[in-house]
Amino acid sequence: MLKVTEASQTYSFSRRALLMGGAQASIALVLAGRMTWLSVFENERYKMMAEDNRVSLTLSPPRRGWIVDRNGQPLANNRTDFRVDLIPDRLEKREETLAALQQMLGLTPEDMARIATDLKRAQGFQPVQVKESLDWERYAMVLVRLPELPGVQATQGFTRNYPLGAGVGHLIGYVGAASAEQYKESKDPLMVTPGFKMGKDGLEKTLENRLRGTAGAKRVEVTARGKLVRELATRPDVPGKTVKLTIDAGLQEYCARRLADNSGSIVVLDCLTGDVLAMVSMPGYDPNSFSDGISQTEWKMLSGDDHVPLMNKVLQGLYPPGSTVKPMHALAVLRAGISPNATVNCTGALQVGRRAFHCHSRRGHGAVNMERAVAQSCDIYFYSMARELGYDAFAPTVREMGLGQRFDLPYTSQRFGTVPDSAWKEKKYKQPWTIADSVNASIGQGYVLANPLQLAVMAARMAQGRAIVPRLLLDGVHEPAPSLGIDPQHIQTVRQCMWAVINGGGTGGKARLPISGIELAGKTGTAQVRAITSAERSSGVLKNASLPFKLRDHALFVCFAPWDNPRYAASIVLEHHGHVNPVTDVAPTARDIMTFLFDREKAMASLHALEKGWGGTYSERLAQKSEAFKAAQAAAKAAPPPPVPEDAEAAASNVVSEAANATVPVGDVAGRNEDRAE
Amino acid sequence: MSRIGPGMVPAPLAQLPWKVLLLVLAVGCFGLVVLYSAAGGSLYPWAYSQGLRFFVFFGMAIALSRVPERFWAHGTFPMYGVILLMLLGVEALGAVAGGSQRWLDLGIIRLQPSELMKPIIVLTMARFYEILPASEIRKFGALWPAAVLIGLPAALVMLQPDLGTALMIVGSGVAVMFLSGIPLRLFIGGGLAMAAAIPLVVNFVLHDYQRNRVLVFMSPESDPLGTGYHISQSKIAIGSGGIFGKGFLNGTQSHLDYLPEGHTDFALATMMEEWGLMGGLFIILAFGFLIGWGISVSMRAKTRFGRLTAAGLSATIFFYSSINMLMVMGLAPVVGIPLPLISFGGTAQMTFMICFGILMSIDRESRRKQRW
Repeated sequence: MLKVTEASQTYSFSRRALLMGGAQASIALVLAGRMTWLSVFENERYKMMAEDNRVSLTLSPPRRGWIVDRNGQPLANNRTDFRVDLIPDRLEKREETLAALQQMLGLTPEDMARIATDLKRAQGFQPVQVKESLDWERYAMVLVRLPELPGVQATQGFTRNYPLGAGVGHLIGYVGAASAEQYKESKDPLMVTPGFKMGKDGLEKTLENRLRGTAGAKRVEVTARGKLVRELATRPDVPGKTVKLTIDAGLQEYCARRLADNSGSIVVLDCLTGDVLAMVSMPGYDPNSFSDGISQTEWKMLSGDDHVPLMNKVLQGLYPPGSTVKPMHALAVLRAGISPNATVNCTGALQVGRRAFHCHSRRGHGAVNMERAVAQSCDIYFYSMARELGYDAFAPTVREMGLGQRFDLPYTSQRFGTVPDSAWKEKKYKQPWTIADSVNASIGQGYVLANPLQLAVMAARMAQGRAIVPRLLLDGVHEPAPSLGIDPQHIQTVRQCMWAVINGGGTGGKARLPISGIELAGKTGTAQVRAITSAERSSGVLKNASLPFKLRDHALFVCFAPWDNPRYAASIVLEHHGHVNPVTDVAPTARDIMTFLFDREKAMASLHALEKGWGGTYSERLAQKSEAFKAAQAAAKAAPPPPVPEDAEAAASNVVSEAANATVPVGDVAGRNEDRAE
Repeated sequence: MSRIGPGMVPAPLAQLPWKVLLLVLAVGCFGLVVLYSAAGGSLYPWAYSQGLRFFVFFGMAIALSRVPERFWAHGTFPMYGVILLMLLGVEALGAVAGGSQRWLDLGIIRLQPSELMKPIIVLTMARFYEILPASEIRKFGALWPAAVLIGLPAALVMLQPDLGTALMIVGSGVAVMFLSGIPLRLFIGGGLAMAAAIPLVVNFVLHDYQRNRVLVFMSPESDPLGTGYHISQSKIAIGSGGIFGKGFLNGTQSHLDYLPEGHTDFALATMMEEWGLMGGLFIILAFGFLIGWGISVSMRAKTRFGRLTAAGLSATIFFYSSINMLMVMGLAPVVGIPLPLISFGGTAQMTFMICFGILMSIDRESRRKQRW
């Protein structure tokens, strides 16, 4: 072993100290290299990450595009809205803050529960809604106390506004907060921004892309604890595009008001272009309250109503058209080469095989030609023609006039009925077409089903012989539609027949226009929704007034004016009206809405007089009804409340579809029955 | 006592290593600037008190430089004994109070004995190998007393638990052992044994939070909001600074509180965000120069104690600064070792100044002997 001495130790120390120094220097090189790597080669990446840390982006919901009528009058616009939200990360004294808000804003226990669940789910700076649509007083109260309530955010935003309220509910639809599924699907952070509403039904839903616009954004510098340091940049929102409809807001509102308390619909078309001037389904729901988030009480009231306010009857209601198809059938008869002067003797009943088909006139109309048959709505004339020609000779004309046709309108759900013929029945029921089927169909009963829009299209196409297609979006100037190629002589004859219904002592005399020089042409209709047994017939058919609402006949009307050069066509369908109220019946309603098109002041004057008796406009009546319903609910509070769907909106669509389904059996009941029209 | 040296400067002043003193002063003041910025452009709460302490300790280091080397050599073992007792006292206090405690409250200051142990362990080992006859160095008797002297305080500190300080005590002590001339094969074997022991230590010795830090160090992105957050945010601060930094008072990571502990353990990141790579290289160069000076002092020292102490204290300063920088840049686990002269905190400052003062004292001794 080598002898270790002081000297050798010193020598080994120097070597080892140098070795250590070398090792330390190499660590220093590693450090310098790492520094360089981070700050030079990865600089861009880390710069971006630092920016991501520093800058927080908050979205502001875009102002939704307006929906305006053909004259630019708003049907849906935005009004200033005061709202209060919570920023979870900035919330310091959660319980105290919530208690203060509850007291200031009058939050219900329901609200508090919702806020609690939302807060649990929320992350970071994603605001949680406390309450929107606040009045200025409450908003100001919160505003004043903001400094002592960290995490509370009071903002001024926009909320959807529908000036015509329930009158445009079914036409426009409504908006609402995006659902959790919608957010999951799109991952768009805008979806969970408080105050953001998207279309949930109607045009609001189908035109969503045009109406939505682009969200505004605010870049703010925030600390790690979420404290706002300063605003960096603000990008204003780009409002959605304005959508112009063919609707005439004045007419739309007038129609809605004129429908009174009926469960009914009115469609008014431009006979030349197909522009939809009014499309009303009443009673409606107020889209304003739907857009704010409908209350359970209101929801209960709407869903329990037998007038189905949640269904758009214009597009989803299917009815046996009844006698309103007679002018169209007359056109088919003309096209089959039969003279309008050919007569049929009406004795009140027609025997087909072993069954007797009755006319609505028990005594019979005697000898009737085409004009008299239409004017008096004689069933026997059309029974005979159908028995002679077969319904297969009628069906092409019926389809040409728009029945059974699906129109491309911006709505998610439409029902478009049935135009039966032998081929259809063979395919659907595997049964041969019978003469009785033809006879039933000839007066718009049996298998025939149509929606109110199709009836309006039928009236408009017959009036001018043009292949009009209903259009709702006014993009550019609409040219008159091309001709259907119908013999002008035939059109003239049909117009003459329909003129006689109103002005020639026919069934629609009450629809005569109070304007000199303008005469209305039209056709009344009644669709039966129940079977009349022979026993009931022999003891006298029950009067509608003595029947429960759901069993009363539907009342229908189609018309156009001026009769000799038609400009406007309309259809009116009143569910289960049964012609029991002469003031709200279809003929006077048709008179008033057509009067409105030519002389607004006169029409308004008569409406004002009527509304005094009805208890105000539909908005006023809806408000009274809600109040009464709430009072009744409060009174019935002792009894356990029926289960209420948690998601009012989902339930709403359920009920709508149920209601729509329910209409089919109603029509089917009518379809199974014969005769009895007018 | 004082003699007039060449020129007009009094000898005691002329004897001071002025270049190094100025360097320490410069780095210390730079540290104050960093703390000023970390407080969002304010002297309070850090820069002012740190500055006061800095000058007190700076004065203390100069005072220590006047202490003769022999005093250190003779006082070493008693000092070691006192500090070991203090460590035990801290443990006992902690046990009584029902929690972990690292300091003794002496009324005027809170003394952290584990911190004092860092320089003292170096002196102790140097003293031990000075006393040990040269012929014994390759024998077992050179090994086990050293292991006990290091192991006792390290174990006590580990119990606190303070992994970073324990590691530094072991590191400094082993460094002196290495320099003392113990056969190299022991170090190679020991190194291999340690490598083998790491998994065992990680699994059985470390506390949960310490183990977690080690695991997160392996993959910081696995836990971006938890323990890995420190490392990620620190790397972002350094990386986003670029070559010249974002400019004084312009750091966002530190000012907006994304960087945790931006004034203590992660002060380097705070500094580099604003001063960039240039600031970082300055710190590396400054410490490199300081440690290099320490090694040169050890080379010049005439006694074995002086040699081992100077090199050992340089190693302590090296461990301090390099472990902190490795940690801040994501190359080492977060163990809680501050950067001397930059990080806020009195204990690190004090330890550094003690090391510095003793280094200067050995330097002075060697020069005096040279002249005589």
